[in-house]
Amino acid sequence: MIDEPVHTTKTYADLTAEERYFMASQWQLMWRKFKKHRLAYAALFLLGLLYFLAFTYEFWAPYGIDEQRLDYISVPPTSIHLFDQDGKFRGPFVYGLSGKINFDTFMRDYVEDQSQVFPLRFFAQGDEYYFWGAWKANLHFFSAGEGKIFLFGTDKLGRDLFSRTLAGSRISLTVGLIGVFLSFILGCLLGGISGYFGGTVDVLIQRLIEFAISIPTIPIWMALSAAVPNNWSSLQTYFAITLILSIIGWAGLARVVRGKLLELRENDYVMAAKVGGATDFQIILDHLLPGFMSYLIVNLTLAIPNMILGETALSFLGLGIRAPAVSWGVLIQDAQNVHSVATQPWMLIPGLMVILAVLLYNFLGDGMRDAADPYR
Amino acid sequence: MISYLIKRLLYMLVTIWMLSILVFIVIQLPPGDFLTSYIAAQSSQGTSVDQSQATMLRQAYGLDKSFPEQYFLWFSKFVQGDLGPSFQWQFRPVSDLLAERLPYTILLSLLTLIFTYLVAVPIGIYAATHQYSFADYALSVIGFAGLATPNFMLALILMYILFRYFGMSVGGLFSPEFVSAPWSLGKIEDLARHLLLPILVIGLGGTAGIIRVMRGTLLDELGKQYVITARAKGVPEGKLLFRYPVRVALNPIASTIGWQLPRIISGETITAIVLALPTTGPLLYGALISQDMFMSGSIVMILGILTLVGTLISDILLVVVDPRIRFERKS
Repeated sequence: MIDEPVHTTKTYADLTAEERYFMASQWQLMWRKFKKHRLAYAALFLLGLLYFLAFTYEFWAPYGIDEQRLDYISVPPTSIHLFDQDGKFRGPFVYGLSGKINFDTFMRDYVEDQSQVFPLRFFAQGDEYYFWGAWKANLHFFSAGEGKIFLFGTDKLGRDLFSRTLAGSRISLTVGLIGVFLSFILGCLLGGISGYFGGTVDVLIQRLIEFAISIPTIPIWMALSAAVPNNWSSLQTYFAITLILSIIGWAGLARVVRGKLLELRENDYVMAAKVGGATDFQIILDHLLPGFMSYLIVNLTLAIPNMILGETALSFLGLGIRAPAVSWGVLIQDAQNVHSVATQPWMLIPGLMVILAVLLYNFLGDGMRDAADPYR
Repeated sequence: MISYLIKRLLYMLVTIWMLSILVFIVIQLPPGDFLTSYIAAQSSQGTSVDQSQATMLRQAYGLDKSFPEQYFLWFSKFVQGDLGPSFQWQFRPVSDLLAERLPYTILLSLLTLIFTYLVAVPIGIYAATHQYSFADYALSVIGFAGLATPNFMLALILMYILFRYFGMSVGGLFSPEFVSAPWSLGKIEDLARHLLLPILVIGLGGTAGIIRVMRGTLLDELGKQYVITARAKGVPEGKLLFRYPVRVALNPIASTIGWQLPRIISGETITAIVLALPTTGPLLYGALISQDMFMSGSIVMILGILTLVGTLISDILLVVVDPRIRFERKS
């Protein structure tokens, strides 16, 4: 009888912390380092939350996004109270609103009517909506019952800006993801070919990369999106815009891929794979790609905010996503001149959401870069 | 050096040629040509277009020819400085319209570039030498905010603040009384005052990025052995800082001057639209909306060429300044 080799029967849970550290895979090590980066960790959590809200906004929004309320035009954000004017605790509630025409501006001024108290209700019925455009429902996370609650105020058609901002996040946040995915494919493909094969192909693709990096993006983006036909549906426009954003975005990525490949292809293990008869494609995919995957992901993360900013800028100019589709850029269109910003500053809130999302992505990317760098 | 120059110049010409193809495809993308849309726009206003004039223009710009022929015609005229007519502006030559605005675009871009470096480099040095101080944290927060805020948002917010708290109405590059006045000291002063806001708005994003790079590389450099050695030998701090580490840290920044230009030109375009500046941005926007193809094509081309020429100049300067690049090219 042959002696069985001695197996350690320890499961993962039995390992000491030190043993776990030495047995951890590359990705586990990165995750450990990443968690130490508090700001990036918090950013990851918050971004997760934003995306969750974006994908289920119909439920969190108190009103339907196209629901116009002509009695409530340009209402400033509603404040939520806990104590009424007698100092009595009433739980979260809002006061009623009464509007009065101001004959100086010919706009309605809204004041809180403190005789009406509307406690907030949770999981309440409200405007009907189609969840993901498919299931009919009318359940909302919160509502003020008979009263009105406009957390971010309303626009000039009396639509609830809070609901619309939530709805806009679906397009604004996913444009970056899909755009980056397209850039990723283009960048990997062209950068990979360039870096791996070298020679004439490399020179050609290098020129192409330099070309894409050296031209100013906004004018080209503007020209391209102005060419998107007006009669396209929202969905078609959406994909056209993401495509336009990634047409420029791939170049930076291709440069990273190429640089890393040039560095890695000199390694002995590539020679070993070649001698072993692996095809070029296999070598790139199985042996080289894992070597710089972490760099790629970091670069992708840092590319997303640029796409979000690009979409916002284009939609703000009326060249990107078009109404009735809602994105953050479309929403800030209402704040296009100093007059509307001065009278309805809350119309800038969707813009603050853009800044928040971009900041979070930058924090996340910074943390990931530190985590992926083995020398830090 | 000469061969490097020639090579770079050739590359730039190839890039400009590639740009021209891209631009031509883009301006041809909308269905119909500009004459069709012009005639449609005119007849919707009740005025009919002179048929002979339409035919003449159609022939002059080869709109009846095939796509490659049209491209060749357009590009060869472009190279000769004939940018075509702008139908949106009663067929005035695009080159005339651009001549009014392009100087402001160039002025604004150059000033922003200078501003970016003048502000970012000292702040970066300060942040690195005062690491983890309050000012360092405050600057990183402002820097991050600067990176994350879209140009036009910043313009809107600053406009709001200036309007609300200082009662200033901003926008344009001149006060109304100076718009059509001849050049005078007063007009220049007025222009300078109006340029401050756009420079700040366009420059902030780039400034924030440069501060981060400057701070990072300088911190790396300050930790190196030679700095410690020099300090141990009693070199005064100021001299120690500026003699080597700052110069080394300036290098990655100098080598990416070329990357600042596309950003500035992009920012300039959109900021000018919001602030109603008499630069090429609003002109491009209007041309795109009304499918004024020679106008929009020319502007995108010229903005691209401006960027490319700027990048070339900065690259050449870099070779002159940095011996390492000079020798690397030789070997």
